[in-house]
Amino acid sequence: MSDPMAEIKASFFIECEELLEALQDGLQSMYDGEGDAETVNVVFRAVHSIKGGAGAFGLDGLVGFAHRFETALDDLRSGKLDTDPHLLKLFFTCNDVLGDLVRECRDEVPHDSAKLDPVLAELDTLIGGVQSEDQTAETVDFEVTPLSLDLSLDGQDDETVSDPIWKIRFQPGPMLYANGNEPLFLFRALRDIGDLSVTCDHNDLPPLAELDCEHAHIGWTLTLETTEGRAAIAEAFDFVEGLCTLDIKQKETGSSNLEALVPLPPLGGDAEWPADNGAPDLPRNDQVNSAPTIEQGNFPEVAETPAARLEAAPPAERKTGAGAAAPRATVRVDLDRIDRLVNLVGEIVLNQAMLSQSVQAAGIPPNSPVSTGLEEFQQLTRDIQESVMMIRAQPVKSLFQRMSRIVREASAAIGKDVRLRTDGENTEVDKTVIERLADPLTHMIRNAVDHGLEANDVRERMGKAREGSVFLTAVHRSGRVVIEVADDGAGIDRDKVFRKAVEKDLIPADSQLSDGEIDNLLFLPGFSTADEVSNLSGRGVGMDVVRSAIQSLGGRISIQSEPGHGTTFSISLPLTLAVLDGMVVNVAGETLVVPLNSIFETLAVTQEDLRAFGPSTHVVNIRDSFVPLIDLGAELGYRAPLDDYTGGVVLLIGQEDGLAAAVVVDAIEDQRQVVIKGLQESYGRVPGIAAATILGDGQIALILDPIDLITQASGRTRPKAPRHQISNHENLNSSGAEE
Amino acid sequence: MTMQVLAVDDSRTMRDMVRLALTAEGIEAHVAEDGIHGLEVLEEIAPPDAIITDINMPRMDGFGFIDAVRAKEEFRSVPILVLTTESAADMKDRAREAGATGWIVKPFDPAKLVKALRMVAG
Repeated sequence: MSDPMAEIKASFFIECEELLEALQDGLQSMYDGEGDAETVNVVFRAVHSIKGGAGAFGLDGLVGFAHRFETALDDLRSGKLDTDPHLLKLFFTCNDVLGDLVRECRDEVPHDSAKLDPVLAELDTLIGGVQSEDQTAETVDFEVTPLSLDLSLDGQDDETVSDPIWKIRFQPGPMLYANGNEPLFLFRALRDIGDLSVTCDHNDLPPLAELDCEHAHIGWTLTLETTEGRAAIAEAFDFVEGLCTLDIKQKETGSSNLEALVPLPPLGGDAEWPADNGAPDLPRNDQVNSAPTIEQGNFPEVAETPAARLEAAPPAERKTGAGAAAPRATVRVDLDRIDRLVNLVGEIVLNQAMLSQSVQAAGIPPNSPVSTGLEEFQQLTRDIQESVMMIRAQPVKSLFQRMSRIVREASAAIGKDVRLRTDGENTEVDKTVIERLADPLTHMIRNAVDHGLEANDVRERMGKAREGSVFLTAVHRSGRVVIEVADDGAGIDRDKVFRKAVEKDLIPADSQLSDGEIDNLLFLPGFSTADEVSNLSGRGVGMDVVRSAIQSLGGRISIQSEPGHGTTFSISLPLTLAVLDGMVVNVAGETLVVPLNSIFETLAVTQEDLRAFGPSTHVVNIRDSFVPLIDLGAELGYRAPLDDYTGGVVLLIGQEDGLAAAVVVDAIEDQRQVVIKGLQESYGRVPGIAAATILGDGQIALILDPIDLITQASGRTRPKAPRHQISNHENLNSSGAEE
Repeated sequence: MTMQVLAVDDSRTMRDMVRLALTAEGIEAHVAEDGIHGLEVLEEIAPPDAIITDINMPRMDGFGFIDAVRAKEEFRSVPILVLTTESAADMKDRAREAGATGWIVKPFDPAKLVKALRMVAG
């Protein structure tokens, strides 16, 4: 992107997202009744800035909508409109539409008029009733001249004359200087459009002793020979109009009607005055004539010197929202650079671990300077690592705001009154985690609105608030981030879930399941609780897909439900995808790392627990349930399957709905945090392997993808898992597997 | 000597655009995000040849900023252009009353911005 305008445009769309966020925040505070005058200002400014930028890039559709929205907000600000729930609902919709328009402009796709038009109409009705003349004029300005400073009076001027000599009498008032104007520059501008001669009129100059340098004592008479019309001349005096006495007369035209002092129409970029200035506006005329302080040569003793005026109005007086946050200094950095830094810091962590190990191996006493220095180094490395990880971290706020829209749309589609309540929006998580969380979260939110909450009438009958609530919270808990999606609905109908599961042949009809186990059936592939898949949360995605998405992020998901009071889904995620809590295991002489979040339990295998199941398949008895045994060494091709696994260590690998398999290894070495090194770039996808890492002693170890491994293994050795295993898994899950 | 201009606008896009328009003309641009930030930047840089400011900004708006600038002896007569989308009839009067030298209505044409600057700052 070498084109600077293209870069600014790209940056504009990023800024728009920030502004939309502020807008949504503001509307939400207003909706919650926490807004004050400054909140409305913030909201207004956000829309205003979007409009401003959009105008600069000629994004007319966006400008048009933002302008109407802004007008409505301005009416609210000035008290013409009242804050009521209906209005705020409309504003929320406007917010959504504005966001869509921004993204459509960014992606250069046409606007969705089916969505836009009804909102536009509603806005027009709203502001139409109260719209004043000014605003109409402004609208015209925006629609007609999106990219000009003024209305290009030159060229349109029908007064361009054949005998073009103009006599201009120009007498500055004191305010002209106080406002920073410089007559010299005005003359230069006039010189640019014709031949100019200037005569200084200093008749009013007092004797030196009486000279007050704050006053304007000098006037000028200018003679300009130009082919340009009056408008072009007047344009040069645009900024000083009203701060001087000005008389522009055309000489030698014979048109005596121009002898009169003609006030100048303002010539800014506004359209409030017609472009053809042949007929000066009378009110303006009055205004100019009635400005007593600037009568030529008769300046009153001005109490209003600039200094006095400014002292009377201290700067703080105009501050709006003094308590508002200062702008945060930010630097935009390419993500690749940060990732490189993250990787390098990972190397340092590894390096430091190796060094510590060598120092220990060399028998250096722990209180020696080397050891204590190394300890400090270790602490520092950890701090650096944490800080670097924080660079990639983003507050979950943007994600939560998207959910707010999902709730609005879902509740409108299904006709329930639903309110999203969020907490912990500033909780920070790795950027990638946030991006990849959007889809599963969307699905869960839709589920909560669609299936979780009862209809309004039902709620009322049950003595609940008519409006249902969906809660979305984020919190940091022991090195992970926990995101909860909860509703205050009916809770899971366990009988129904059970029946459905039996119907779908997911569990045997005689299964004895605990409440928790039934709830977890929701995560089974192909499960859907809705009697008919609604077009809202349906869409062919089940909670099993949500669960896999969470797991692919190194996360876990669990469910809790209380009949009559609602359901809570908890997602626990790592703060970063760059490091992982792993269990270092040994199998067939190889060292491997198993992600800790996939291990429910570890146990030693005894002779009695093992059963052969066919020629090459073993199962292990765990609290009276049989779980297929997977020999990790054999699975990865390190060795041939063993005849006897007695003495091995079993890692119970599972998912929240139940156990998937018992993976047998030779020994557990350690449990530690490891830095993830991707393999895909060099090796492509390796089945059963997620990534690699380097251990403290410099050894390279592969990180397992246990679920993938189990899927692979079961696909080969057990064409189809026996149905009853699922319920067995459930038992195991509840007995030993809670995090 | 290079002309130095301070541009104050809460919109990053606007700041970027003003900066681009100015630097294309060989004018050195400093930027600030609101009135208070603008005053801070003024403390740090050499007195600029002109200031361009937005009106509607958080913390301290353009009017407050102009007031504060004019209250400082060394900036009493520095040319200040108001950059605003507010083309309401009284905008210019208010800007002028606050002590602005001139105005530019957004969206602006870079050439007109520079022209307006030349008009007030040479």
